[in-house]
Amino acid sequence: MNELLSMHDVHVRFQIAAGTVRAVNGVSLGLAVGETLGLVGESGCGKSTLGKAILKLVPVASGKISIEGTDVAPLAGAALAEMRRKVQMIFQDPYGSLNPRSTVARSVAQPLLIAGWKSDAAAARVDTLLGWVGLPADAKQRFPHEFSGGQRQRIGIARALALNPRLIICDEPVSSLDVSVRAQVINLLEDLKARFGVSYLFISHDLSIVEHIADRVAVMYLGYIVEVGARDHIWRNPLHPYTKALLEAAPIANPRLARARKRTVLQGELPSAIDPPAGCPFHSRCPIAEERCKTDKPQLRTMSNGAQVACHFV
Amino acid sequence: MAAAPPTTLEVTGLSTTLFTRGGELKAVDGLSLAVDKGETVALVGESGCGKSLTALSIMRLLPDPPARIVAGAVRLGGRDLVALSERAMLEVRGREIGMIFQDPLSSLNPVATIGRQIAEVLTAHTGLGRTRARDRSLELLEQVGMPDAARRLDAYPHQLSGGMCQRVMIAMAIACNPSVLIADEPTTALDVTVQAQVLTLLKRLQAEQHMAIIFITHDLGVVAETARRVVVMYAGRKVEEADVDDLFERPLHPYTAGLIAATPVPGAERARRLADIPGTVPPLGSLPAGCAFADRCPRVMPRCRREKPQLTSPAPGRLVACFAAEKVPG
Repeated sequence: MNELLSMHDVHVRFQIAAGTVRAVNGVSLGLAVGETLGLVGESGCGKSTLGKAILKLVPVASGKISIEGTDVAPLAGAALAEMRRKVQMIFQDPYGSLNPRSTVARSVAQPLLIAGWKSDAAAARVDTLLGWVGLPADAKQRFPHEFSGGQRQRIGIARALALNPRLIICDEPVSSLDVSVRAQVINLLEDLKARFGVSYLFISHDLSIVEHIADRVAVMYLGYIVEVGARDHIWRNPLHPYTKALLEAAPIANPRLARARKRTVLQGELPSAIDPPAGCPFHSRCPIAEERCKTDKPQLRTMSNGAQVACHFV
Repeated sequence: MAAAPPTTLEVTGLSTTLFTRGGELKAVDGLSLAVDKGETVALVGESGCGKSLTALSIMRLLPDPPARIVAGAVRLGGRDLVALSERAMLEVRGREIGMIFQDPLSSLNPVATIGRQIAEVLTAHTGLGRTRARDRSLELLEQVGMPDAARRLDAYPHQLSGGMCQRVMIAMAIACNPSVLIADEPTTALDVTVQAQVLTLLKRLQAEQHMAIIFITHDLGVVAETARRVVVMYAGRKVEEADVDDLFERPLHPYTAGLIAATPVPGAERARRLADIPGTVPPLGSLPAGCAFADRCPRVMPRCRREKPQLTSPAPGRLVACFAAEKVPG
């Protein structure tokens, strides 16, 4: 496997007045060239923080993150800029991530100019990029507020593509979009992948979208990876009780299937990451938890089909 | 044969207009819907389709200016709510119709304990004294499944999670046993596991109290899980209405069909591409002369651009506003 991104035992902690938030706890994950890795979990599980840690947008407390074999921790100056050229990010709220006072042309050209492109070369590149993401040519001179949410997300994607990245971290890219427009943006992301071979780390709480787009899926809970596996493994044969609960909780857009299925509704809510439970992070809500789960932390173990699960009873 | 019992809440020909400097925008245009005791009707559509303004119109909570009800009636218990005085409406809200909103944290008073906020509903609408109201608030919190309810009575909203705040909102909404509950995107801001808890709770409360529920959502998965009947809105108008199974199995309006196709069903074979609906919803200020969906519609005909399709009933229990659907045989 040609590894583009590798993370080994990554921890991220934040000091706040109330204590230490353990946002990411010992995450080890790899992402191959051309792969789409889905990262799912509920709010506060650390999935966005992990995405930001890759770009050094939040400090990593310990562990190692490498892009194409290069450790990102010591990077600074030109080397850091080069890494950030290879790894781009698109955000949930495209309005919040575009300067409201910059025209689309200026926003999309900015990464090019920072990378040292001449302004006429950058302008030509902007035309190409806007064409790729399906925006009309007259979009260039307009401002973000003149566009709908879906079009703004296209602007964000054009900007992320500007410097031919190898990896795009998509942080809930369609969560604020309407259903019909959401499908347009997902299809665009897939077209761009087929065309340019870019890889995605696709962070989302929406399981139906991740099922559609991801090749492999990692499930996070309270800063820990509890299960990783191929898309079909996760949906057909989920092993971790949290993965099962998450899939059972997701609504099914088919009334007969929705009525026919059996579901156990998970009780309680996500515990605080400041004072996480000892033992298995999931034991306080787990339907099959036993005494040992309160004290022994289960490690990720590799199953015969290559999936990894952190549970004592699998 | 005795006449059918009157429906609990009936909205007929409701039109709400936004009077702006740029002109008059028909945000809700001639909408009718009815919801019965113990039944859930889902009101579905994308942002700006008028579903939330419909709810606010029923509750008479429209921001005026710019929004005003210009036509139609809302019948509840033999009265037309549109014609009621503001004073009489105060008695309807919270007592006969409860409402829950998408963002529970911003709908709760940040500087009052939740016990006080629930008790306020009770003292305002019933003769309950303060001590009895507090006891009843605790019962309500327990009924909506608030963990550690007795302690939470004295908590402030910011000390609770989003899911718990939504339970508080539900407790307030059902405090006076309303006959109608309007839920406006009540689970959109919640995580899936908490969403499942809240949907289960609403179903249980409906079974216990036989409330009629109007459930406003953009999420077809939530519709499939909760509703018996579905009203689909587009650009202020009802474009389709049907029982939930019929709607998902054989959507008649191309917009409904597009929405269903664009929503992946978990566990289904993976489609190579998601079906999308091209373009975006037209702004209310520049709706086309004919059908508002014409520019995005795969079955558009010349007639669609000239004339607005009216609702017709091609089969029992079904309504659709589409010239192409009228032609479908059977």
